[in-house]
Amino acid sequence: MNAHAVGGMPEITYNFAYLDEQTKRMIRRAILKAIAVPGYQVPFAAREMPMPYGWGTGGVQVTAAVLGPKDVLKVIDQGADDTTNAVAIRGFFEKTARVATTTSAVEATVIQTRHRVPETPLAEHQILVYQVPIPEPLRFLEPRETETRQLHALAEYGLMHVKLYEDIARHGHIATTYAYPVEVAGRYVMDPSPIPKFDNPKLDDCPALQLFGAGREKRIYAIPPYTRVRSLDFEDHPFKVQRFAKPCALCAATGVYLDEVILDDKGGRMFVCSDTDYCNGRQVAGHRGEMAAPVGEGA
Amino acid sequence: MTDTPLLIADGLSKNYGNRIGCRDVSLEVYPGEVLAVVGESGSGKSTLLGLLSTELEPSAGRVSYRLRDGRLADLASLGAAEKRLLMRTDWGFVRQNPADGLRMAVSAGGNVGERLMAVGWRHYGHIRDEALDWLAKVEIAGDRIDDDPRAFSGGMRQRLQIARNLVTRPRLVFMDEPTGGLDVSVQARLLDLIRGLVAELGLAVIIVTHDLAVARLLSHRMVVMRHGRVIETGITDQVLDDPREPYTQLLVSSVLAA
Amino acid sequence: MSKPSLPILSVSGVAKTFILHLREGARLPVVNGAGFDLYAGECVALGGPSGAGKSSLLKMVYGNYRVDEGTIRVRDGEEMVDVASTSPRRLIKLRDTTMGYVSQFLRVIPRVGARDVVAEPLIHDGVPPEEAVARAGALLARLNLPERLWNLPPATFSGGEQQRVNIARGLIAHRPLLLMDEPTASLDAANRNVVVELIAEKKRAGVAILGIFHDAEVREAACDRVIDVTDFAKAAA
Repeated sequence: MNAHAVGGMPEITYNFAYLDEQTKRMIRRAILKAIAVPGYQVPFAAREMPMPYGWGTGGVQVTAAVLGPKDVLKVIDQGADDTTNAVAIRGFFEKTARVATTTSAVEATVIQTRHRVPETPLAEHQILVYQVPIPEPLRFLEPRETETRQLHALAEYGLMHVKLYEDIARHGHIATTYAYPVEVAGRYVMDPSPIPKFDNPKLDDCPALQLFGAGREKRIYAIPPYTRVRSLDFEDHPFKVQRFAKPCALCAATGVYLDEVILDDKGGRMFVCSDTDYCNGRQVAGHRGEMAAPVGEGA
Repeated sequence: MTDTPLLIADGLSKNYGNRIGCRDVSLEVYPGEVLAVVGESGSGKSTLLGLLSTELEPSAGRVSYRLRDGRLADLASLGAAEKRLLMRTDWGFVRQNPADGLRMAVSAGGNVGERLMAVGWRHYGHIRDEALDWLAKVEIAGDRIDDDPRAFSGGMRQRLQIARNLVTRPRLVFMDEPTGGLDVSVQARLLDLIRGLVAELGLAVIIVTHDLAVARLLSHRMVVMRHGRVIETGITDQVLDDPREPYTQLLVSSVLAA
Repeated sequence: MSKPSLPILSVSGVAKTFILHLREGARLPVVNGAGFDLYAGECVALGGPSGAGKSSLLKMVYGNYRVDEGTIRVRDGEEMVDVASTSPRRLIKLRDTTMGYVSQFLRVIPRVGARDVVAEPLIHDGVPPEEAVARAGALLARLNLPERLWNLPPATFSGGEQQRVNIARGLIAHRPLLLMDEPTASLDAANRNVVVELIAEKKRAGVAILGIFHDAEVREAACDRVIDVTDFAKAAA
């Protein structure tokens, strides 16, 4: 490590990707175990990171452990590349690992995400790292960690269906719309992190490696490439994803997840792609939604 | 009643440090039979129930149970998965405090349906129909199926707990003071309900109670405990009407005649 | 009546003393050396003044009171079961199939209607519930219990009404041995006669009956002989 002196003060330097090599080895071991036992929550010794819990400390540690100098990093926060959280984490790795960053889901080799899976299909050379607040899908009904571990160990997942039953009983349908529980490789039930259930089908048989990191709860779990991921449901209330009545107002995309944007205080609103990279790409390719700016006018 | 025991306890003891919870208790429970365990607080009857239901590990002795395939198994030899399957299918446990036996934040239907879902039921409509059927059996109106037990009276909660336990048609049910803390009129209704269901379903029941009237109404046989030991056993009316041991005579004579 | 050679009930050398631990172990002798046989189709009264131990003896035969010495053997098919020494489970089975008991007082079961209380032993025997309830109604009608009471729990009934429910419950199912403790104590003349008729029917059906009948008329009408327990009591004192 070389310390540059700037104005007489030594500049702080970091080990590659901030974490020391022993810590990265420890995390990689946890990741390997997680890949070997798909959907199983592997405890790991999460470190204090220079950001508060809830800002993606788990995801950042996983990313730091898998990142190499030639990787190209993309960071998404709720589908967008330009929110505070995404910008901060991208900046963090630019500074501590000097890796290339991108907003393109195609160019990226490592994508750290909070709350979304990109609309662009992922490929085998890519790793998707999820930030996870609460990794335990059974926590809602069973507060005791000793008990939830037993339930996982014995594959007793009746309780998970109790939650879905309660949904139908109270709302007439399964009202869980995000963090919708999945069964991985026919064995472990897993919380896919707070992604919309719209994204659940993308987890199934995905060519990319998917890693999940929970910093505060100190858990790592994984879905290896091409793994069967099934959303839990009832025979008479099968799993269904949300449908949107209209296409994206900017790029006219259908079959994608849309965010509602309030335009004024008179009830004006529009629905646009939550995945900004995907939306921009389509607009550049000439797709135009009903509220898109006419070509040649503004950005 | 058949002549092969469903559950056999052999020399059960439990120490809590130097304090004795339960000492050298042996008993048998047969299919379709209600066995009452009576005694005052601290007599060891709740410890015994914990040992029989494998919630507590004995310091000495063992509990054997006849599985559905007819095999008599030492419960300590069962794996965790096998034991839990047994507990949620073939056994029930009705607790004195309904909050310990129910999920208070889950609707009545969800509480009854949980065991069904745990054994693989995956059809919402069928689960709901079965839950409604059982709510009716325990005299809870069908339109309360989506209310959670926090909105229920003490008696209703206890009846819901019974439905939750019986929905998988267990063969053995443990009851720990199921009528404790309820008003007398509510107790009578609950006892009558338990009595009816036990007869209708041919359940074996081990009921712990300090209330001799409950024991008389529900049980065929009785075990009297004191200082962690069984001091007297027999047919319920015989033990209550002609108690032999000084302590049992004291217990019986302490009850206000109704 | 010619007696069949094998007794239904055979009591021999029975002794019983209550020990009252709450009163410094005071001893209360009841009977000593009690012995008699009872045959199918006969009704036998236990006689003697009150306090002579008639009721205690009856309870010992039923297994409600324990026995210190002697045997109380009851025929169950080919087997003679000694109530004094058999296991609780065997005794429960004996009561289920062989021995009926009509006590003086009805032990009220909360919330169960009178007709269902009466039908219960039949249902226990495997009679279809509809038939059992119909037969229970017919028996209650014979005992002149007003039909409007049939669906009500007997807790609020008068003593006489409760006793008729009790008799009906005790007599409705067939048991080869019937024990009756003052079955007519609170009944009027008309209902006493119904009970005498019912006892006669049981005898014709080959049932052996052992009872305590204070009412001399009933005893005369129903019983074939009287066993005086005074001697057993004296021996105990």
